[in-house]
Amino acid sequence: MARYVVDVMPKREILDPQGKAVLGALPRLGFEGVSDVRQGKRFEIEVEGEDDDRQREEVRRMAETLLANPVIEYFTVHAHEPSVELVDATADDSGAS
Amino acid sequence: MRIGVVTFPGSLDDVDAARAVRLAGGEAVSLWHADPDLKAVDAVVLPGGFSYGDYLRCGAISRFAPVMTEVVAAARGGLPVLGICNGFQILCESHLLPGALTRNDHRKFVCRDQRLRIENNRTPWTSSYAENAEVTIVLKNGEGGFVADEPTLQRLEGEGRVVARYLDVNPNGSLHDIAGITNERGNVVGLMPHPEHAVEELTGAGTDGLGFFAGLAALGAV
Repeated sequence: MARYVVDVMPKREILDPQGKAVLGALPRLGFEGVSDVRQGKRFEIEVEGEDDDRQREEVRRMAETLLANPVIEYFTVHAHEPSVELVDATADDSGAS
Repeated sequence: MRIGVVTFPGSLDDVDAARAVRLAGGEAVSLWHADPDLKAVDAVVLPGGFSYGDYLRCGAISRFAPVMTEVVAAARGGLPVLGICNGFQILCESHLLPGALTRNDHRKFVCRDQRLRIENNRTPWTSSYAENAEVTIVLKNGEGGFVADEPTLQRLEGEGRVVARYLDVNPNGSLHDIAGITNERGNVVGLMPHPEHAVEELTGAGTDGLGFFAGLAALGAV
């Protein structure tokens, strides 16, 4: 089983109202010094077989065909690294560190 | 003139669109997203709503619906296609129209009677309007901001492919105040405002929207 992560982000020149909303909310919550926030999407994709160039190319095709709209978004594809497993937001603070 | 109206899961305005077609003198034909069959209609309307729940991106899933394979092929062959609101988003995702629709710059859903100028009356959908006619048509959208890169905008402007432009206020951050565009051939039109909601005095902001359906109905009567 090969696992990939596709990150999709709005292009720099495209206004990102959601990112702007988060940017506006952070100072209100006491987080200072935040100069920009962009909001995107993350896809975790599992495919049968081993990680190789062909699989990676296939995932890249998935991204440009469906996951991202190249008119307004760009994407990156990389192999899923267990070491960057996202922290469980529901976990106890001490356990997550 | 038989005008097909596609229903996707999550379409809201398919019934209104069909009613507008009938009020304009056409015959409305129901088309279903899962059927790769256009029932030999003379034109197609992709109505507003939230097809497939707007999952992923507005129109991104609908683009791959079986009926859309047929719509895209027929549109490339010249079939008149009108995409309203979510329909406009689907047409952009399908690459029948350039650009994309993004979240309103002010982040709020907008619902208002919107003044527009019909700048291109050479499409089958706008032929009943005088050039530069100023009309009022209902607008309601959360993701109606039209964006495209600068070369695309210049082409749209230079080739007269901006079909409708917002007047008075820009309600959603659309570049160049663009409310609607057409393809190179002029048979495919995408429009963010809802002409199907402006077809009867009783329920809408006048009847200025009727023209979008009347032009085609008149073609069929010849």
